[in-house]
Amino acid sequence: MYKFNYHKVSSIEEAEKLLNEDNESKIISGGQTLIPTMKQRLASPSVLIDISGISNLNFIKEENNSIIIGANTKHSDVASSDLIRNKIPSLSDLAEGIGDPHVRNMGTIGGSISNNDPTADYPAACLGLDAVITTNKRDIISSDFFVGLFETALDENEIVVSISFNIPEKSSYMKFPNPASRYAMAGVYLSIFSDKINVSVTGASENGVFKWKDMEDILSKDLSVDNAKKVNLSPDGIMSDIHADSIYRANLVEVMAARAIENLK
Amino acid sequence: MPKVNINVNGENLSAEVEERQLLVHFLRDDMDLTGTHVGCDTSQCGACVVHLEGKAIKSCTMLAVQADGMNVTTIEGIADGDNLHPVQEAFRDNHGLQCGFCTPGMIMAAIDIINRKPNLDEKTVREELEGNLCRCTGYQNIVKSILAAASK
Repeated sequence: MYKFNYHKVSSIEEAEKLLNEDNESKIISGGQTLIPTMKQRLASPSVLIDISGISNLNFIKEENNSIIIGANTKHSDVASSDLIRNKIPSLSDLAEGIGDPHVRNMGTIGGSISNNDPTADYPAACLGLDAVITTNKRDIISSDFFVGLFETALDENEIVVSISFNIPEKSSYMKFPNPASRYAMAGVYLSIFSDKINVSVTGASENGVFKWKDMEDILSKDLSVDNAKKVNLSPDGIMSDIHADSIYRANLVEVMAARAIENLK
Repeated sequence: MPKVNINVNGENLSAEVEERQLLVHFLRDDMDLTGTHVGCDTSQCGACVVHLEGKAIKSCTMLAVQADGMNVTTIEGIADGDNLHPVQEAFRDNHGLQCGFCTPGMIMAAIDIINRKPNLDEKTVREELEGNLCRCTGYQNIVKSILAAASK
């Protein structure tokens, strides 16, 4: 790791002030992606601003038919929350499938979505549940938030404060995890609302998480596995690597979509 | 260099550390608590698992400065004098270790699993060991040891 300065802050305002002072600074909370990246010298921030001590960013609550989760909330807390298990069980399942127990005890939802790894799980849930991401400056709807590969709509000095998920009638998340990293090689989040069906896909596209419109359209007419099998995902723009080429991966997405329909709850 | 105060195994330890120093190196190099191991150094193997505020974390993926003011428990802190912790005892009784390198992390992970999951079954133990690798491939007896400890 290259050298850096470290500040532990106790408020968003303090974090914002430090961010403004140095444009090479970075926010850290759980650090489960950032620290490994820095160890490999793939990132070299001049200053780390640790927001993990800001306690009012750590909460899970229900409000206006939504579940709102504070940015500092750890994956293990989402996985073990009775409220979430009761209202959006697929979100509990998703959190429980991230990395391993030790990583889940440190990693946070705010960090995961701010990083926007194209194979991360939470971005799929955000798009699937039309989540609104609240920052220190504004509210951003998920469809505007996730811009591309590791790219979000966040400004340089913008910090995620909380994420508000709409409670669906039913939902499910199915992923084919990479056996070593547990990142999604293909992950499909399916959610059913009274007026629409959302299908979002992670782990597959070269541009990161996306909404699968063709699948949404056909499932809106008839929600069945047989019907889903009529839709194919083009391998154009789908990631190819040693684990799966684009044709295989596109097929995996179709298989995960079918499993998501079978496992709605 | 910033000074950190970390309560390790019930004892307040303080040292000046570089910002970039990992918690595992604070434990091993500064405090001479070499029971916690560095295996892969890439957050995969779990040989470095310790408890932070009672929860299992990977000490190679945390900075020492992040742990300032917190409570850490390492493999050295779980036995009661000469009496082994029940999980340590179960590993000994069930031949849960071969070369022993992964064992500190396995035991710290196992204690966390048993704390969190009542009525453990084999499938759950195997799922929960996702973040711990044994290069001797001694999983069979590791799982057996954890189930034995859980039933005590």
